[in-house]
Amino acid sequence: MSPWGKGPLPQDRGGPLHRRDVVQRLLKERGELLVIAGLGAPALDVTAAGDHPLTFPMWGAMGGAAMMGLGLALAQPMRRVLVVTGDGEMLMGLGSLATIAAQRPPNLTLVVLDNERYGETGMQKTHTAFGVDLAGMAKAAGFAHARRVTTMLGVARLVALIHRGTGPVFAQVKVLAEKPPLVLPPKDGGLLKSRFRAALAGDVS
Amino acid sequence: MDHSRVSGIDWPLGVHRAFGAAEVRQIAVVPDAGLARLVTLCESDRTLRVVRLTCEEEGVALLAGAWLGNERGVLLMQSSGTGRCINMLSLPLAARFPLLMLVTMRGEPGESNPAQVPMGSAAGRVLEAIGVRVTRVESAEHIPDVVSSSLERAFATESPEAVLIAQQVLGFKEFK
Repeated sequence: MSPWGKGPLPQDRGGPLHRRDVVQRLLKERGELLVIAGLGAPALDVTAAGDHPLTFPMWGAMGGAAMMGLGLALAQPMRRVLVVTGDGEMLMGLGSLATIAAQRPPNLTLVVLDNERYGETGMQKTHTAFGVDLAGMAKAAGFAHARRVTTMLGVARLVALIHRGTGPVFAQVKVLAEKPPLVLPPKDGGLLKSRFRAALAGDVS
Repeated sequence: MDHSRVSGIDWPLGVHRAFGAAEVRQIAVVPDAGLARLVTLCESDRTLRVVRLTCEEEGVALLAGAWLGNERGVLLMQSSGTGRCINMLSLPLAARFPLLMLVTMRGEPGESNPAQVPMGSAAGRVLEAIGVRVTRVESAEHIPDVVSSSLERAFATESPEAVLIAQQVLGFKEFK
């Protein structure tokens, strides 16, 4: 049994990736990218890639990351917005796929780091461990691009879409069910919000 | 029947003007009969982006994101939707985001649908229990001013507020 699904992985589909490698690659040359990270491991992953004032890591509000990204993308149509979240967090807000598809923000990308587990509560299986196809759901909702990513080459192509694609873009990136070292983001949500707004105002003016 | 004109006062027009005066840009909504005229006014206003939600809690997160991007928004819903927002409100409460929830009430005296009564009866107390400031309006003529002042306080203090519009202002749905 592969760590990311039923049955062995076909060779040509690549492996489950290391989540920290994926996020490092997504944010390595982030430019003017605005970033929201869902609670749990994704918030730690974006912090491990480098704490940044234009990144808002969430400590709670499970199911809200994609919608927070939509509000930001609509408010800042000239900027690219990336939401990095987990499969459990995305599953809790599936309706937001429909809401985002109806709005069709061209500047928004959702990246789901899919380890098929609830990482914060003891690595219990999520629905994706039983074959639920998040990228397929996003495609059916009407996302302009919806794909499953299993190689670092696929991640590199995703970076191009994040910065230059006509969204909304959805990517389900298959990652290992592993626990990288804890790199905690700042805990004060008010601080995270205020520094984000200040940095954005500084950029805009 | 136009639910917004039971009183003969066009409160949705006043609320729409209050949105304009406060430079609101995003309107997040799950429809309610009592909100129909206000939503129509918002949809015809090119300075407003109306975002239809599948569930009210989406709007709480949406408007936090909007504020990160320096836009103001308002969340419109029926009272049944307040229950669906509770844990998502931890975002504006813990990270101090402004939020105005405009809630049209169901389940109040005169209601004929039993399913509306539990959430309608509890909506104000449930919101207050988690820390949202709640203002209830009983007459149509006061709605625009209450919305305007609640908007001002929500954004000045970066905290969540709810305005509940009593069902008597909106009229009662008849099942026949």
